[in-house]
Amino acid sequence: MQKLKPETIELNMLLEAIFVRYGYDFRNYAKASIKRRVLSHLSDAGCQTISALQHQILYSPQAFAKLLFKLSVNVTEMFRDPDFYLALKKEVFPQLLKRQRIKIWHAGCSTGEEVYSLAIFLTEEGLYDRCHLYATDIDDHALSKARDAIYPVKEMKAFTTNYNNAGGRASFSDYYRAKYDFAMLDKALKRNITFSNHNLACDSVFGEMDLIFCRNVLIYFNRELQDRVIGLFKDSLAENGVLCLGSRETIRVSKYTDVFEDMVPSQKIYRIKKQS
Amino acid sequence: MTIRRLEEQVCRLKEPVCQNHEAVVIGVSAGGMKALEILFSRLKKDCNLAFIVVQHVSPGSDEFFVRYLNERSVLTVKQADEKETIKKGYVYIAPPDYHLLIEEDRTFSLSVDEKVNYARPCIDITFETAAFAFDSSLIGIVLTGANRDGSQGLKKIKEKGGIAIVQDPKTAEVPVMPREAIHRVKVDHILSLEEIAVFLNNYCRTPDKG
Repeated sequence: MQKLKPETIELNMLLEAIFVRYGYDFRNYAKASIKRRVLSHLSDAGCQTISALQHQILYSPQAFAKLLFKLSVNVTEMFRDPDFYLALKKEVFPQLLKRQRIKIWHAGCSTGEEVYSLAIFLTEEGLYDRCHLYATDIDDHALSKARDAIYPVKEMKAFTTNYNNAGGRASFSDYYRAKYDFAMLDKALKRNITFSNHNLACDSVFGEMDLIFCRNVLIYFNRELQDRVIGLFKDSLAENGVLCLGSRETIRVSKYTDVFEDMVPSQKIYRIKKQS
Repeated sequence: MTIRRLEEQVCRLKEPVCQNHEAVVIGVSAGGMKALEILFSRLKKDCNLAFIVVQHVSPGSDEFFVRYLNERSVLTVKQADEKETIKKGYVYIAPPDYHLLIEEDRTFSLSVDEKVNYARPCIDITFETAAFAFDSSLIGIVLTGANRDGSQGLKKIKEKGGIAIVQDPKTAEVPVMPREAIHRVKVDHILSLEEIAVFLNNYCRTPDKG
């Protein structure tokens, strides 16, 4: 057996305590990243050690809420990886066009930037009215920001560049109104989106999806949890359903690799194989 | 300085023989392409170490430089994949727009957490997580660059008993990053790129059999 370092034991015990006390399961997350977040939270929490933090959060739900916020913060942007969106429009959208009703699940949507990116392109390609988008995340705070669709105006420049590189047909400024330091996205983009809390680590399948988006979420999980989640996606996809992962993620090392065929391997777009 | 004199000089350095060393983390920013080419084209096949390189690049960079470096080195140069096990004889390059972290079981993981020191990948994050995973068997190297990323991580490597090497600012294309590291960390060696290559080849080659 590998001998664990004291700090690792402390971290594992903290994650166990969080699970037993509050039901949030971070035990199968990739450790290096979660440890960085925990360590950077120590000084904010006024604790010297991870063990001290464990004691604090066990007795104080308020203290736990602060830690949870730190652990679940995710950074995202609109049209991240423009080449991915170009491939999506070229290879996946034509397949969706054949359907009357299109169900899309965006798993781990965080503060919503990528959900709205997809909504914009579905609108531009005339698909939006046939779609329903289910956008889920583990973090209620992020979901509430996603529902608001209000982002710092200083980010609009980078989003505009991404939008243009991703082959946007209009002018990105048509999709938001700037007020003071903030930009509010067009409300029409929200009409077919349902935001809800869903935990990939323990919740169950979402039925009959034509397209599942889960980009740069799996990298935060260990192999075991990655397999669970890919299994969840497999069971949630309709016939010919498409799965989109982040540019450095792959299903090719998971135990479900044979269930999927490549659609655009360079952009990590996969399609579920026909059941034989 | 001739290479011979250089080797003599490096051999005189009173250092623990780093045959116990397992990995080298290298942080580099502006001027990095040339610096990495000079370094890796000089490393020998029997250099018994794993190399992990964090270079500041723009988010949309392709794998051209990885292939370019691979052609110029006898070692295998590739982009680091998430969950990949770190092996000696390989040079792993951090993918653009992701932080590269080292897990305690010596595999890679990636994150898209916020930029640190205005950078993603950030050198400090890789150095700090590598220091925890490799303890004293790690060598940290800071090369040319225009910001202060890397020195915090180099400090961690020293705390864990690893070796800290910084490119001599006089020889760096952009001296800011090495200068900052020397200012903030008690480094073991300040060397030119050629000297760093000699150091790594001499001290870390596969032990002779017999």
